[in-house]
Amino acid sequence: MANKQYQFKLVLLGESAVGKSSLVLRFVKDQFDDYRESTIGAAFLTQTVTLEDQTTVKFEIWDTAGQERYKSLAPMYYRNANCAVVVYDITQASSLDKARTWIRELQRQADPSIIIALCGNKVDLAARRQVLQEEAKKYAEEEGLMWMETSAKTGEGVTEVFTAIAKKLPLTAPPPRSGRNVAGARTGVDLNKQASGQGQNESCNC
Amino acid sequence: MDEEYDVIVLGTGLTECILSGLLSVEGKKVLHMDRNDYYGGDSASLNLTQLYRKFRPKQDPPSELGRDRDYAVDLVPKFIIASGELTKMLVHTDVTRYLEFKQIAGSFVFRDGRISKVPSTEMEAVKSPLMGLFEKRRAKKFFEFLQNWKDEDPTTHQGIDLDKDTMRQVYEKFGLEVGTQDFIGHAMALYLDDNYIDKPARPAYDRIILYTSSMSRYGKSPYIYPLYGLGELPQSFARLSAIYGGTYMLDKPIQEVVTGPDGKFVGVTSGGETVKAKQVIGDPSYFLSQSGGKVRVVEEGKVVRAICLLKHPIPGTDDADSAQIIIPQNQVGRKHDIYIAIVSSTHNVCAKDIYVAIVSTIVETDKPELEIAPGLRLLGPIHEKFVSISPVYTPTSSGESDNIFITRSYDATSHFETVVDDVTDVWKRVVGKDLVLKKREVEVQE
Repeated sequence: MANKQYQFKLVLLGESAVGKSSLVLRFVKDQFDDYRESTIGAAFLTQTVTLEDQTTVKFEIWDTAGQERYKSLAPMYYRNANCAVVVYDITQASSLDKARTWIRELQRQADPSIIIALCGNKVDLAARRQVLQEEAKKYAEEEGLMWMETSAKTGEGVTEVFTAIAKKLPLTAPPPRSGRNVAGARTGVDLNKQASGQGQNESCNC
Repeated sequence: MDEEYDVIVLGTGLTECILSGLLSVEGKKVLHMDRNDYYGGDSASLNLTQLYRKFRPKQDPPSELGRDRDYAVDLVPKFIIASGELTKMLVHTDVTRYLEFKQIAGSFVFRDGRISKVPSTEMEAVKSPLMGLFEKRRAKKFFEFLQNWKDEDPTTHQGIDLDKDTMRQVYEKFGLEVGTQDFIGHAMALYLDDNYIDKPARPAYDRIILYTSSMSRYGKSPYIYPLYGLGELPQSFARLSAIYGGTYMLDKPIQEVVTGPDGKFVGVTSGGETVKAKQVIGDPSYFLSQSGGKVRVVEEGKVVRAICLLKHPIPGTDDADSAQIIIPQNQVGRKHDIYIAIVSSTHNVCAKDIYVAIVSTIVETDKPELEIAPGLRLLGPIHEKFVSISPVYTPTSSGESDNIFITRSYDATSHFETVVDDVTDVWKRVVGKDLVLKKREVEVQE
C-alpha cells in the first residue's frame, strides 16, 4: 500500500491568551495546563495526522513565541507557511476583531494558496459566550476560510481542526516555492555537514 | 511596560539579535526594541516598498519590477564564509532550523582590465589566466607550505616564524610576483588594503586558511547565503530570543536613553514611558545624540554602497547566479579594494531575471560615488541604482562603567566574521565572562 508522508508548515495566529499554545499542546501531547504562561520553549512542534487512505500528514507547527504581542512577528514566520490556524476566544468579542486583522495580515504576507482555519476556542466556557457561531461562520464563508469551534481544555474539536486541514492540503503538488519544505529534502547546503575529504580541493588553488 | 528587565536591546541588526538570543538562552530577561517596523536595522533585507521608502520616499516602486514580496534586498553586501565563526554560531544555537542556505556560485578577482575566477579546483587552477606557468609552480609551493604548517612541528616551518616574519618576507621566500601577492592578499586573505604586508604573517596565514578551508567545504566559492536574504539571520536569532522569553517591540521610536546622577544607565524612554533595566545594548544609531552631551560613538570612516538592480548576470562571470568580485586597490590606483556582491532570484531575493549587485568600498575622497565607478562599469547596464554613504561608528567606551554597551557599525569586509568578534566582545563585557557556545538543543517536540 502506498504510504505517503507529506510535511507542511502550520502557523498559529491570534491575540494573546486566546489559547493558541494550549490548542497545540492538546493536539500534540493531549495535555492541558490551566496555568500555562504564554509560550512553550520549543522551536516548533510536530504532529502527524493519518488520513483514511493511510496518507500521513506531518505538521511542523510554529508558535508565535509571544512575538505577536506587540505586532512584531517576523516575515520569516509567514514564510512558506502552507496552513494557518487563526484562533479567537468565544468569550471575548474583541478577539474575533483581532483574528480578522491577522487574517488580513496573512492574505498580505503569506502565499496566496495558504489554507486558513478560523478557530473559536474555549467552548467549555459557552455560558460566557460573546461571539455568536453564526457571526463567525458568516465571516469565514465570506473570506473562504475553514471554521470550527474547539476547547483546548476538554479536547473538543481539536484533532478535528488539524484533520480537516490535512484533508484540504494539496497532497499532489509539492508545497509552494522551494524554501524549506519536507525535512530531509532540502535543496541547499547543510551547515551541519563537516568538511569532507580535508585537503581534497584545498591543497593548492594555483 | 512597568516591568523591569535585565537587558534592553536597541536595534534588531544581526549583532544585536545574536546577543539578544544568546542572553535569553542564558536566562536573562530581555526587552528588544527597534524604531523601524521591520527586523534587521542596518543589516535588514527590504522589500520593494521598504526599499523605495528608504531611498526614494517620493516614488512608488515601478510595477514592472514585479511583486513587492518577492524582494529581499540586502542593505549590507556580505556573505557567510563557510568555515567561519558565524557558521559555528548558527549551528550551535540551532537557528539553522529556520534557515536554508545556498552557495554563492563564484568568486572573482579583477586583474589587468578583466575578471577571472578565483580557482576552486586544481583543474580550474591549471587553466587560470591569473598566473604564468612558472608562477603557478611557485604558488603551489607557497600553498603547500601553508597547508602543511604545524605550529608544533618545526620541520614544517622552512625557517619561517609566522609570529615574527612579515608577510612580505614570506612572499619573497617563495618568490611570488607582486600580482600574485595582490591576488592572495586581497582575493583570498580578503585584506581591504596593503597594511598587512609589513606585519607579522600569522593573521594573513589564518585568513588564507579560512578561505581555502571554506572553499573546500562546498566547492565553487567559499561563501554561503541564506535564502530570502541576509535579513533572515537577525530574524532567526530574534525568534530564538523570543522562544526563550525575550519580548519584542518593533516600530518603537526611542526618545531617550536615561542615565542617573552617577551617569549609569537607568532605562529607555519610548512613547513617553520609561522602561527600566540593568543594562542596555544597542547599535550606534541609538546613541548619536545623548542627553548631557556625552559623546558615546565616534565616526571611524565611511562606506559607500550602491545597490544596483540589473536585468542580466554580470558579464564575464559565466552567467553566475551569484558571485563576489574583488577589485584590488592596486588595480585601480586606490588605497582600498572595491567589492561587488551579486545575488539573484536563485536566492529568493528578487523577481525572476533580476540580479541585485552591491558595489562598495571605503570612502577615500569627497566624491564617493566616483570611487566605485570601476565597479559599476563591470556591471553592464544598470536598471536601478540606490547609493548610500554610511558612517562606520565605533563606541568610545567599553560600557563597563555605565552599563551602556554599544555595538559597531557593519564594516566594509565581505563576510560576518567581524560581527561575531563584536558579539563575543560585547558578551564578555555585558555578562562578565567569555562566551562559550554550548550545543543547546532548541527542542522539536514530537
